[in-house]
Amino acid sequence: MTVFVLRRLAQTLLVLLITSVLVFGGLFLIGDPVEILVNPSADQIEKERATKALGLDKPLHEQYFGFLRGALTGNLGNSFVYARPALEVIFERMPATLELAFLAMVIAVVLGIPLGLYAGLRPHSVLSKTIMAGSILGFSLPTFWVGLILILIFAVTLGWLPSTGRGPTTDVLGLQLSIFTWEGLRYALLPAINLALFKLSLIIRLTRAQVREQSLLDYIKFARAKGLTNARVIGVHLLKNIMIPLVTVVGLELGSVIAFAVVTETIFAWPGMGKLVIDSIFQLDRPVVVAYLMVVVFMFIVINLVVDLLYSVLDPRVRLSEVKG
Amino acid sequence: MSAIVAAAPAVETPWQRFRRQFAESRLALLGLALLVVVIAIALFAPWIAPQNPYDLAKLDLLDARLPPGAQAADGMTYWLGTDGQGRDMLSAILYGLRVSLYVGVASGVIALTLGAVIGVLAAYLGGRFEQIIMRIVDIQLGFPAILVALILLAVLGKGVDKIIIALVTVQWAYYARTARSAAVVERSKEYIEAARALGLSAWRIVLRHLLPNALPPLIVVGTVQVAHAIALEATLSFLGLGLPPTEPSLGLLIANGYEVLMSGKYWISVYPGVALLVTILAINLVGDQLRDVLNPRLSR
Amino acid sequence: MRSPSPLLTVAGLRTEFATREGVLPAVADLSFNLARGEVLGLVGESGSGKSVTGFSILGLIDPPGRIAAGSIVFDGMELVGAAPEALRRLRGKRIAMIFQDPMMTLNPVLSIETQMVETVLAHEDTTHEAARQRAVEALGRVGIAAAAERLAQYPHQFSGGMRQRVAIAIALLHKPDLIIADEPTTALDVTVQGQILYEMQKLVRESGTALIWITHDLAVVAGLAERIAVMYAGRIVETGDASEILDAPCHPYTRGLLDSVPAATHPGERLRQIRGTTPSVLRLGPGCAFRERCDRAVGECAVMPPLVEHDGRAVRCVRPLELVQ
Repeated sequence: MTVFVLRRLAQTLLVLLITSVLVFGGLFLIGDPVEILVNPSADQIEKERATKALGLDKPLHEQYFGFLRGALTGNLGNSFVYARPALEVIFERMPATLELAFLAMVIAVVLGIPLGLYAGLRPHSVLSKTIMAGSILGFSLPTFWVGLILILIFAVTLGWLPSTGRGPTTDVLGLQLSIFTWEGLRYALLPAINLALFKLSLIIRLTRAQVREQSLLDYIKFARAKGLTNARVIGVHLLKNIMIPLVTVVGLELGSVIAFAVVTETIFAWPGMGKLVIDSIFQLDRPVVVAYLMVVVFMFIVINLVVDLLYSVLDPRVRLSEVKG
Repeated sequence: MSAIVAAAPAVETPWQRFRRQFAESRLALLGLALLVVVIAIALFAPWIAPQNPYDLAKLDLLDARLPPGAQAADGMTYWLGTDGQGRDMLSAILYGLRVSLYVGVASGVIALTLGAVIGVLAAYLGGRFEQIIMRIVDIQLGFPAILVALILLAVLGKGVDKIIIALVTVQWAYYARTARSAAVVERSKEYIEAARALGLSAWRIVLRHLLPNALPPLIVVGTVQVAHAIALEATLSFLGLGLPPTEPSLGLLIANGYEVLMSGKYWISVYPGVALLVTILAINLVGDQLRDVLNPRLSR
Repeated sequence: MRSPSPLLTVAGLRTEFATREGVLPAVADLSFNLARGEVLGLVGESGSGKSVTGFSILGLIDPPGRIAAGSIVFDGMELVGAAPEALRRLRGKRIAMIFQDPMMTLNPVLSIETQMVETVLAHEDTTHEAARQRAVEALGRVGIAAAAERLAQYPHQFSGGMRQRVAIAIALLHKPDLIIADEPTTALDVTVQGQILYEMQKLVRESGTALIWITHDLAVVAGLAERIAVMYAGRIVETGDASEILDAPCHPYTRGLLDSVPAATHPGERLRQIRGTTPSVLRLGPGCAFRERCDRAVGECAVMPPLVEHDGRAVRCVRPLELVQ
């Protein structure tokens, strides 16, 4: 087990390294951040001073190694825009994104699995067909447009929910989170639903496919031949087998949700990491973009690792053969 | 003693069977119909659009943000209203559909070709080559598409070709993985060994055997991916990256309408979105049924 | 001495499946009796409808299949059309089933203990510990050593033969009146086959359980069954005492089956086979299904012969090899 984890960590570092090189080099080519950040009427001397201050006068590889050296001590450079450590700026915004992603995943799972289960067990009923048609609609709708429609309907026309921004936060385990208050939840609901829609459709379809596939297998017939109640056959035998691929997919999708929050945050003006990185791209705030990517890639890899470990915990066939061999 | 010969069923060609099975889903047929309409619109946009939205001379700023049904000075009806520049929404949507479709399909075709060749090659070469290539594919797939595209476009700038490059970069790995899986199943079949034993060149084996068998799953992946690509392009355009304002895609149109959404001028954002939705939906409906029909595991 | 009233009476059973090409009568006009404690061998090729017979008795025919006609009376109770809950109470308790593929019969993600205990608890209101004890005893009875430790294990940790023993143990948990064994040894090695056969024979004799052993292999039932019923294309074509059928079969098909056993030919002699292939049940015309492969076919065979019964022997043929008076 330890060998497995160590190998994964080594791969993680390699991937992070490659990413940083690619991104660093790429952003270097975009343009001169100084042009944007400095007062347009500033003269050449001021521009040169700014350039020196930001360390942009050094050649690329020197800048990169400076970055690496800093990275080893946890410092990924200072934001050009905020004049603070980039990591600090990102961590400030991270709870907002994470809580949104979390809420979205919860909605997708809590609604998706039961709906998919029903659609799989009674595939020919009217409700099932409606659910499946709805799910195709769900992943055909472009997320950003749905967000606009949601705002149009619920905020502008009906006035039930606020259209933009994040609600008041409370301190939860040291993090500033807003979804644990009623008022905060009101603000988070529309963006979370928006984010959840695509995943919801995916989960419904996946659950249904799994149910249909597993229902045909012999062990289900055998369970019924033993005289077990339907509730037990579905709730224990079927569900436990479905859970395994489901958990894997849900885990992997969590990372994707965090990344896609970029769009939702922009539309709903949700002050999370995503909005930050979009702004930073346009403002050519290179350190923030690089730091964001590092953080997200790292999160991705950690999530992947956890999912792999979870998989081996859930599936006795994998778990026990690993221990043996 | 009379021998009664059982009547043989009428033989249908694979194509006929495919058509029959595809037609079993009414939704899929609806999707196909919609798709044909969308493609026709995209192709004939210059002829059916009431106005050329790129012709700046025709635009009158005084006509900006008019609601659907309003009249222009020269008597033309703005069926779907106008946008912030006084462009007729209907025309803009028709042209935008054209651009969106072009970008989606072009990037899909290129990515499919690229991915298929890489994937099949990896399966054929086997060993270390396959390992390395598939590792790269896995890493690429581990990155969220939107982030990769964002960064790429930030670096490359705006333009149709740039966004196609970004979309291809984001998609090729899916095709590569699908192609390789299909090819792996195929290569372990005995006739490939026989072909090798006969001394057939690698290229021949790849082209005539491995590749054609990878085609059905690739087509299925392809339809989903094209829909995905169109959505992604729209998203990127909405965020301000990708397509320049001179060639507005549907995403850009929606973005233009975002600011005035709150004041009730919904048509600038809603109608392009509907066009986008119909296109993506149509592709998905067709792709869904294709997947069911081409799935070898479902006994039909 | 047999109890005079049969345990199971199947009369005119017809089970159909709705397929794209039409309604498939997997089993038609099926009638046979089973006395208490009797061992019946149900013999037929794949596609003859023998498995469907077993599932029909247990009420496990799912759409698109259904029992279209006929009656199945078990210990005085009509099973066709019975309430689902009544059927459930019978399954696993009074009628048990053993399936063909031990690999897929047991749920791979649940422990053996879970799968055995739940069978006990499904029909009896007892404690978990008591159920566990019964499971340990049952495993011991089928010859699994270290039963208590093996309970905690998972199906993939057992060999094929062991898994089938577990399935048998589960079947015996409630001391059922009838066990339906659907080709339980087909997927096993020959040596293991012999062991399982022996075990079954012993257990069934000890407990006085009736057994329907479904197989395509005449050799297997030769030593085990007291009576044999031969199926072809969804219908029973011959029934009778095992020794009588094996010595002097009445139906040409049975004769063909016996002759085609390789051991029946001398070395150097050409192997005998029944010419032609099994017909698809969909494409059957009227008349005897075996007609085209039968050397004795005559004009009267164009009409489906009835099952003529006398004194425990029955045959469905207008020109049987031996006359049934």
